[in-house]
Amino acid sequence: MGETVTRSSKEITGGVHTPRQHDSAHKHVTGAAEYIDDMVEPAGTLHAYLGLSERANAVVKSMDLEAVRNAPGVVGVLTAADVPGENDLSPTHRHDEPVLADGQSAFYGQPIFAVIAETREQARRAATLARVDYEDRPHHTDVVSAMEAGYPHVTDPLQLSNGDAESALSSATNRLSGEMRIGGQDHFYLEGHIAMAIPGEDDEVTVFSSTQHPSEIQHMVAQALGTVSNAVTVHTRRMGGGFGGKETQGNQFAAVAAIAAKRWNRAVKIRPDRDDDMIATGKRHDFHVAYDVAYDDDGRIEALDAVFAARCGFSSDLSGPVTDRALFHCDNCYFLPNVRLRSRPMKTDTVSNTAFRGFGGPQGKIGGERVIEEIAYALGKDPLEVRKANFYGIGERNVTPYHQVVEDNIIHRIVEELEESSDYQARRQSVLDHNAKGGVLRKGISLTPVKFGISFTATWFNQAGALVHIYQDGSIHLNHGGTEMGQGLNTKVAQVVADEFQVDIETIRITATNTGKVPNTSATAASSGSDLNGMAAANACEQIKTRLVAYASEHFGVPQEQVTFVPNHVQVGNQLIPFHELVRQAYTHRVQLSAAGFYKTPKIHWNRETGQGRPFFYYAYGASVSEVTIDTLTGEYHVDRVDILQDVGKSLNPAIDLGQVQGAFVQGMGWLTTEELWWDGNGRLRTHAPSTYKIPLASDKPKEFNVELANWSTNKERTIRRSKAVGEPPFMLANSVLEALSMAVASVADYRECPRLDAPATPERILMAVERLKQG
Amino acid sequence: MTGPLAITITINGEPATRAVEPRLSLADFLRAEGFTGTHVGCEHGVCGACTIRVDGRTARGCLTLAVQCDGLEVETIEGATGNGCVADLQDAFIENNALQCGFCTPGMLLTADELLQENVSPTRTEIREHLSGNYCRCTGYQAIVDAVEQVARQRAERT
Repeated sequence: MGETVTRSSKEITGGVHTPRQHDSAHKHVTGAAEYIDDMVEPAGTLHAYLGLSERANAVVKSMDLEAVRNAPGVVGVLTAADVPGENDLSPTHRHDEPVLADGQSAFYGQPIFAVIAETREQARRAATLARVDYEDRPHHTDVVSAMEAGYPHVTDPLQLSNGDAESALSSATNRLSGEMRIGGQDHFYLEGHIAMAIPGEDDEVTVFSSTQHPSEIQHMVAQALGTVSNAVTVHTRRMGGGFGGKETQGNQFAAVAAIAAKRWNRAVKIRPDRDDDMIATGKRHDFHVAYDVAYDDDGRIEALDAVFAARCGFSSDLSGPVTDRALFHCDNCYFLPNVRLRSRPMKTDTVSNTAFRGFGGPQGKIGGERVIEEIAYALGKDPLEVRKANFYGIGERNVTPYHQVVEDNIIHRIVEELEESSDYQARRQSVLDHNAKGGVLRKGISLTPVKFGISFTATWFNQAGALVHIYQDGSIHLNHGGTEMGQGLNTKVAQVVADEFQVDIETIRITATNTGKVPNTSATAASSGSDLNGMAAANACEQIKTRLVAYASEHFGVPQEQVTFVPNHVQVGNQLIPFHELVRQAYTHRVQLSAAGFYKTPKIHWNRETGQGRPFFYYAYGASVSEVTIDTLTGEYHVDRVDILQDVGKSLNPAIDLGQVQGAFVQGMGWLTTEELWWDGNGRLRTHAPSTYKIPLASDKPKEFNVELANWSTNKERTIRRSKAVGEPPFMLANSVLEALSMAVASVADYRECPRLDAPATPERILMAVERLKQG
Repeated sequence: MTGPLAITITINGEPATRAVEPRLSLADFLRAEGFTGTHVGCEHGVCGACTIRVDGRTARGCLTLAVQCDGLEVETIEGATGNGCVADLQDAFIENNALQCGFCTPGMLLTADELLQENVSPTRTEIREHLSGNYCRCTGYQAIVDAVEQVARQRAERT
């Protein structure tokens, strides 16, 4: 939009706290939004494809790649020996994750070579022609069998403790113990992994990557090429979904494309097909939880001792922080006066598991909720009553197992309001009445709360940069270190900039994330995108505003406090000057109209050795009520109604936040219901396509779905415009679906027994639980 | 193996005569022709991101061979945008925030439009069922169903 348009001096478009649509929405609906596979390919672009191993744990005795090399269109083949730099992609620098496996297959489907050909079709066909000779070794794909076999941890375990769990357990009023299995989850981003590398001069290369972490891609590509970071530029405009699956897992594709691009001095693109994407890239960690709990007759927890073991796969990847976060979140909203929590990040002969929305938090929470459920069934109480009895207090009973004090607790109000608005008590009674009549169809209802800690637990990741330019015509160029994967981050940050300068959002152009513009960025992860990048952009704006104010004050001879930014104008004393006009004048008076902004989260610190600190800046809260119906003859079920109340602080964009809550809930529901990962006896993932792996469909979403944001909430901490993070917290609202299913199952034995329903609660698992309970 | 076959496909109203490999999928064919709004998601015919119209009926671009469409009319999201037939759906998707990453959106729009052509006043259950061949991993479908329901109402009022 040209600056000849007369802009309103009354209000701006797209300011903060308004429901602005996604900045790319008009392109999404026409198919014009460009994903990497849609980009015009440079002349002579080559295509790479990965060759995957076919053993879970084996020595690769020999690889005969002659047929691959001789296949039509093949330009060359890369193996571990062809990696010019370090053959390692470990994001934590543990040297346990090769670009291409070297002499060993650590999981069924590990990339062992890459073939480069004139077309993708040729590369893909050629990749099937390798003859590999393996020497098999015993393998363990399951976390329990890995523990029994004495497998090592892929990274150091964590222990959190407070009080004296051991003696409190031995003097328990009541005590019970049990275990739970929690399945993993494939990200199923609709756009699979993809990278395109274009060679440059000297050792330079530009990589277009579908990644949540351009800076890490830059670092890994440089390391694999044996060069330094300033030789590598990474560019990410948008992803077709990420969900954590593109935090570290894009490294492999980017590295292979870059190595090939430099080797053959041609652009190289790599896009695995869906099966290979699901086989060769990591997923949400499966967990096994063992718990031992002491509680009083009201259901109040006296002590908890729990071990959270995770299927990490063959390498560490992000399993350390993921399993840490599981421990950080198993308390959920509940005070544990005496507690000992231990993580066991187990090595398994499977793909290396990775980040996925919630990052261990969901597994921690669902394990913790199982404990609540056990207590409730043991005492014959509504689990909600037990939950409330254990809520963190205000000013007392408020210390977490990692010794952070919960200072911003609003869970009481959230739950109280949701209980009321969803008519929980009356509906629970009618569910009980329905089930009391017997019959094949049984119902269940559950209300579960969420408290989720916001910040990267690795404190140094909590920093961000932004780059803002104002051009002479008053148009604004915005860049920041976050990446856009559909979550609306770019829109929110642009709203912040619009608000800072008090200009219409159309004045601002959001530009692709690029390591050459903002360096040393953190992954767009941990729900931190708008918190960090919004603040960094605001900081850049403040710097420019300070210069503009100083200029206007001096030039027009008015005190600085009389220079203010009003909608699309600057008020200078009695004069109202259009924004673009002031900018033009400032340029001619040699005012710098560009700034690099920076932000680091205050207050946070964490000592992993002592298990104490304040890892989280604040908490986001929420609660949900789910009502379900199961068929006790088939195990099939429907989610009939869901009510949600989610705290997003003072929302930057209520429309986008609402979408995040709805989407996260349904994704969480998929994790706990139909999404089942299954490995066969050879350690081969058999659920590697949508034909065998079922994510929720439109017909699966709750029939009635009432989602509200807690519009009274505001962040107690000084976050960007007092908003709260929204990406991950609502994922765990889906916990109420599993518990509602559990209640429906429990009805067949008159609720005497906790069904101990593992996740995912597939129809098969529901049916088995019903049969088990019926037999007593 | 059979060599390339000469075919003529009318894409968004413009005939294109090309020599193509018999195994080339319609989705890959269209993308190579520059119609990149046809997205390739699963290549199994499940996710629906490659949904296009062949002679007015929606089809999976990944399960249809280009050679099967010899002599037929194919419409992609670019064509549907150009002739304005989904303009109201596009507006409603934007207004309702019925998209996030946008990868499923073109296919979702064509599937929704097909439903509304067949059924002028679908129930929410019918909308959900009809859209169940199109994955969306971001939105949880609520806003999509809202948008389609809104357009159904608008179209009913217009007629």
